[in-house]
Amino acid sequence: MSTHDVSPSLKTFSTPNIYLVFSLLLAFFSMAPVATAEESPLLVPTLEKLKKANFNTRKQIVGELEALPDARVTLILENMLEGRLYYERKGTDFVSLDKVDGVYVAVSLLSDQVSEDVKKRAYKKISVNNALRRTLRESLASLQLRSPDLDTRLAAARDLLKSKDKDNIALIDKALASELDSSAQNLLSVAKAMLLARHGSEQERLEAISRLEGELYPEVRSLLSGFLIVDGDGTPIESSAPVRQAAEQALASIEDLITLNKGLENIYFGISLGAVLLLAAVGLAITFGVMGVINMAHGEMIMLGAYTTFVIQQLMPNHIDYSLFVAIPAAFLVAAVVGMLIERGVIRFLYGRPLETLLATFGISLILQQAVRTIFSPLNQSVSTPSWMSGSLEINGALSLTYNRLYIIIFSILVLFALAVLLKKTFFGLQMRAVTQNRRMASSMGIRTGWLDALTFGLGSGIAGIAGVALSQLTNVGPNLGQAYIIDSFMVVVFGGVGNLLGTFVGAMSLGIANKFLEPFAGAVLAKILVLIFIILYIQKYPRGMFALKGRAAEE
Amino acid sequence: MVKLGPITRFIMQDKAGRNMLLVLLAVAVLVPTLNLALSEGSLLHVPTYMVTLLGKYLCYALLALAVDLIWGYCGILSLGHGAFFALGGYAMGMYLMRQIGERGVYGHPELPDFMVFLNWQELPWYWYGFDNFFFAMLMVGLVPGLLAFTFGWLAFRSRVTGVYLSIITQALTYALMLAFFRNEMGFGGNNGLTDFKDLLGFSLQADSTRAGLFVASCLALTIGYLVSRWIVTSKLGRVLVSIRDAEARTRFLGYRVDKFKLFVFVVSAVLAGIAGALYVPQVGIINPGEFSPINSIEIIVWVALGGRGTLYGAVIGAVLVNYAKSYFTAEFPELWLFFLGALFVISTLFLPNGVVGVVEQVKQLTIRNRRGKATDAVVPPPEPAGGQDRTAEESAENKPAKANLTTTTN
Amino acid sequence: MKKMTKLGAGIGALALSFSVSLAQAAETIKVGVLHSLSGTMAISETTLKDTVLMLIEEQNKQGGLLGKKLEPVVVDPASNWPLFAEKARELLEKEKVDVVFGCWTSVSRKSVLPVFEELNGLLFYPVQYEGEESSKNVFYTGAAPNQQAIPAVDYLMNEVGVKRWVLAGTDYVYPRTTNKILEAYLKDKGVAASDIMINYTPFGHSDWQSIVSDVKKFGSAGKKTAVVSTINGDANVPFYKELGNQGISAEDIPVVAFSVGEEELSGLDTGPLVGHLAAWNYFMSVDAEINEQFIEAWKSFIKDEDRVTNDPMEAHYIGFNMWVDAVEKAGTTDTDAVAEAIIGVTVPNLSGGFATMMPNHHITKPVLIGEIQDDGQFETVWQTAGTVVGDAWSNFLPGSKDITADWMPPLSCGNYNVKTNKCSGQNY
Repeated sequence: MSTHDVSPSLKTFSTPNIYLVFSLLLAFFSMAPVATAEESPLLVPTLEKLKKANFNTRKQIVGELEALPDARVTLILENMLEGRLYYERKGTDFVSLDKVDGVYVAVSLLSDQVSEDVKKRAYKKISVNNALRRTLRESLASLQLRSPDLDTRLAAARDLLKSKDKDNIALIDKALASELDSSAQNLLSVAKAMLLARHGSEQERLEAISRLEGELYPEVRSLLSGFLIVDGDGTPIESSAPVRQAAEQALASIEDLITLNKGLENIYFGISLGAVLLLAAVGLAITFGVMGVINMAHGEMIMLGAYTTFVIQQLMPNHIDYSLFVAIPAAFLVAAVVGMLIERGVIRFLYGRPLETLLATFGISLILQQAVRTIFSPLNQSVSTPSWMSGSLEINGALSLTYNRLYIIIFSILVLFALAVLLKKTFFGLQMRAVTQNRRMASSMGIRTGWLDALTFGLGSGIAGIAGVALSQLTNVGPNLGQAYIIDSFMVVVFGGVGNLLGTFVGAMSLGIANKFLEPFAGAVLAKILVLIFIILYIQKYPRGMFALKGRAAEE
Repeated sequence: MVKLGPITRFIMQDKAGRNMLLVLLAVAVLVPTLNLALSEGSLLHVPTYMVTLLGKYLCYALLALAVDLIWGYCGILSLGHGAFFALGGYAMGMYLMRQIGERGVYGHPELPDFMVFLNWQELPWYWYGFDNFFFAMLMVGLVPGLLAFTFGWLAFRSRVTGVYLSIITQALTYALMLAFFRNEMGFGGNNGLTDFKDLLGFSLQADSTRAGLFVASCLALTIGYLVSRWIVTSKLGRVLVSIRDAEARTRFLGYRVDKFKLFVFVVSAVLAGIAGALYVPQVGIINPGEFSPINSIEIIVWVALGGRGTLYGAVIGAVLVNYAKSYFTAEFPELWLFFLGALFVISTLFLPNGVVGVVEQVKQLTIRNRRGKATDAVVPPPEPAGGQDRTAEESAENKPAKANLTTTTN
Repeated sequence: MKKMTKLGAGIGALALSFSVSLAQAAETIKVGVLHSLSGTMAISETTLKDTVLMLIEEQNKQGGLLGKKLEPVVVDPASNWPLFAEKARELLEKEKVDVVFGCWTSVSRKSVLPVFEELNGLLFYPVQYEGEESSKNVFYTGAAPNQQAIPAVDYLMNEVGVKRWVLAGTDYVYPRTTNKILEAYLKDKGVAASDIMINYTPFGHSDWQSIVSDVKKFGSAGKKTAVVSTINGDANVPFYKELGNQGISAEDIPVVAFSVGEEELSGLDTGPLVGHLAAWNYFMSVDAEINEQFIEAWKSFIKDEDRVTNDPMEAHYIGFNMWVDAVEKAGTTDTDAVAEAIIGVTVPNLSGGFATMMPNHHITKPVLIGEIQDDGQFETVWQTAGTVVGDAWSNFLPGSKDITADWMPPLSCGNYNVKTNKCSGQNY
């Protein structure tokens, strides 16, 4: 295998799965320097054995493969892990089979030969199950520990925490000797300690366990509690009493830290729920809060935004990572245009009759839902998560912040901020406030009130569309998406105080956090009921919400 | 001329309502007769499914009437009236569950099937008494009434009005829906209460029982209408209308606005509860879906479409929309939501006073044409009471609306 | 382009239904289709409506049934349970259909059950359900708990070595019952109560952060842990997304689901889900000639190359063919004759085997455990040696242990207590 092969294979792999391309690329680069040297004659016979083997035998064969001094092994194992390793039904080749632009492309893993537009039935898959996948990951981890890329090494070290294989100790030692990065060093030493705690002499085990104190990885916790398990008749499975004692002590220190982290995590959960509520509600704060339209079609605007995301991803399947940046303005435009059409077509005839806007927009929401059902089918649509939004930011072993929620929190605050600036600092905002405060006066000052109403409604709808982009990353994109958020949105706006952006922000955050703090005690449903009851009672006490408008305008 | 009693008088004065009651009477007699007396092959035979369908419409009509009473005459837009309806339905459902007795799937003498299923050992306290019909009927009114009283007392006292009130009534029904979905509540969770056998000893599957329930629904609607009519034509009704049109002014005139509102809110909730209780044995199931906020919004749509502020308009609206729904879901299963949605939009745009309003306009036009240009100046309303409502309604069109807009702006 | 063809298909189907209703003059056999086409359940049920329409079309191409054409009567109960009862009555009483294929949720079935029993109709119910029922008028072609849940747990326990269990479900009757059965079963197998965590969430639950975090904590107690999920419908997508994002992979804590099939996966980015499990009686990926034919027919009927098939579709396929066979055997569409003739009828299923209608109105099914793949399909990793007979009354529930269902004479009862020798809960 040589470097010049990289470009054609890369081209054929230009699929939505960026990760795969990335990992392949890494594999090619990491293998390149040694590639020409290592090829083992045993590779093909070993691979042949895979064809007939069951899952358990395959596990052993993977072990054999790993030990072969052959540069092609990494790529083969990676393909196997990804479920792309196929063999020719009538032939001897092993290929990586993938669908690219609607046709199957087979890349030989033995000779790098690329065959396009092949019949899938000509190949048979080497299937893998969870246990095998675990073995593969471990095998790959040991190979990848030598990777020049830090992230790959970190991921490999993280995978090694799951290892139970005694032989890996030597491997880790070797890696530790050449490792310069401190976090990778730490992970490796935890992995080593875990293996020693399993397999070492009593002294080694005790030392290893004390090394593990304060390490919050679930695997560590799992290992230590494993030492304390008693079987059916009360005898501990672990025979050594000092080990049990040390494990108990280490576990106690870990538990304390975990409780603390759980609390932090809960706050994060609350804020992220609050951010979702905020995003869903902030558009409504314009259409309902500022314009006084009881906009039952608000949820459908969110839905339109989510569907726009889906369509955008369909249009640019090879650039999922950037799709959201295109989707945000697109969703804003789509929802805003639909919103303006609704305003010009229906709502403008109903100003001064807010309760009737409820009926008309309810009708519109039914129509929009059914329209989506007719156009896109009633099934949920699959919206991919860009790679930069998947996974989580690991603060420590017990506390990790999921990226999608993290970005949504940031995004919701940005949206709110931009909106506040628009309303308070721009001429459009000034006109908008003028019209809503005194339509006639504004009109006589030369403001085209009708046009401005349309723009305002479009703005509110557009923001709902943006919320749809964010929600598409969290939940179903289907015709019922909007229904799920409409009531919550109204609650947030009313609780915060109608016509007040700050109120919407504080309302959303406090409801989100309250919900998450009630959930551990009361369960998800009861928590929600309690929050609703709280809102009802709160409104009884403060009929104008948290941030009531004061002064003459608010009186009647 | 014969001296009229008060009841006869207010029936005689209400021409549209009288016509409606006459139709109702005819239906109450004809439908069961044609269902029971004629054989299935006969041309005039009313199939049983038609009887239950019409019975269901009548229950919805009573519910719409209850909503119109508070929304059309007192300006309280409740987006949670489905909750009172469902609570009444659950009270009836609990009675019917207890009637199953040993005939349940597991043959437990006391516990309903779903409790046996969830390993409940004994009947929860709030199920006691529901084996007694009269107790259950009391609860049909009492439970929604009490809830409405507590809720209304808190809300009206602190002057929660307009959109705020609408949203918290929505929160109320939403919270109740979530609560009733919980299996721990002991109301059958998502499945609700179903598989009813008999009512007062009559099998619910018998055509005669169905006919009986149908007549009962007609009767309940009639009584509901008369009670509502009596309320809105009394002095109390005038105060209600003035609250709707200018709440602050009414308060300054010395009326205890919150008391009036509370009264009519509770009456309306009880009517809704009764509607629910009649609905359940006819459709054979009550489940938390009835609490869904969408259902409550739909009730508002019926009233608006029929004609807000005219009691008979609400009845007409409920029957009309539900008939349309039954028809469309069978004939155009893929498209019916388009029709229904368009119906709402068009009716709010072009029929601000509902179907009844259109009829009224057409009538006035024909009267005007008949009288020619000579007496063109003033067109007397067709009848005093209805006419007054009409004008009040028209002035209300802008008034509370404007108030709302100003509260929500700035 | 894809959109356009879908739209075209919709219009085509509409035109079809119009033309069918026009061609009523000739005598036909009416087949009722009672699936929600709007509301929350439309997502699952619309496909089943199309499946029945396809099966009818194919049957008509082969010359219909008893020399008559089949005529579909489609109504929309709109995910509204009382409306299900109303529409069932309409189908049976007004349209006078000979058979109905329909319902998805348990509550919709419970809602129409009295109607079918009263008017003596026939209902084929195609979805896996909680059991505890056997009606004279209903044929259950989906899985009973012993055809799905118990084999799945067996697999996890014996093949994967799971020792700690999270039973997570949506709060309604199917998960409640399944979890109760599983809890009893696990305790029977010596699992301690502290090793079982049970969690219920409401319908459409979308914020799974706390629960997933709890599962993660529960799973790091030194024993292999698995989640048995009876989470329903829309709630699955955010659940799986949260699992993926919090870094719980199938290799650490596998999730085995009973309500997630190919169609649900088609609305999901399956990348992070690879390796999670599902237990069904059919997978689209099953390697069988008959399955490929069915998939091909389905794709050309629905005019969409990307549409998937799933387990409830297979159930309708089996149910429809059983009904056709039974009608031919009985020589009439009369309910009682068909109900009698159908018991013992054996038709091919889509996984290369056969399904037989048992006297308890449930059918025999193979149980397959599959792992989710990158492409949204399942890879079968385990399956029962033969088929399993559906058990209407679970042996693991105290209330139903002694109850049995047998619609053959002399018993002819769906709810027969073998201890007291009494047949209870029957309306007719």
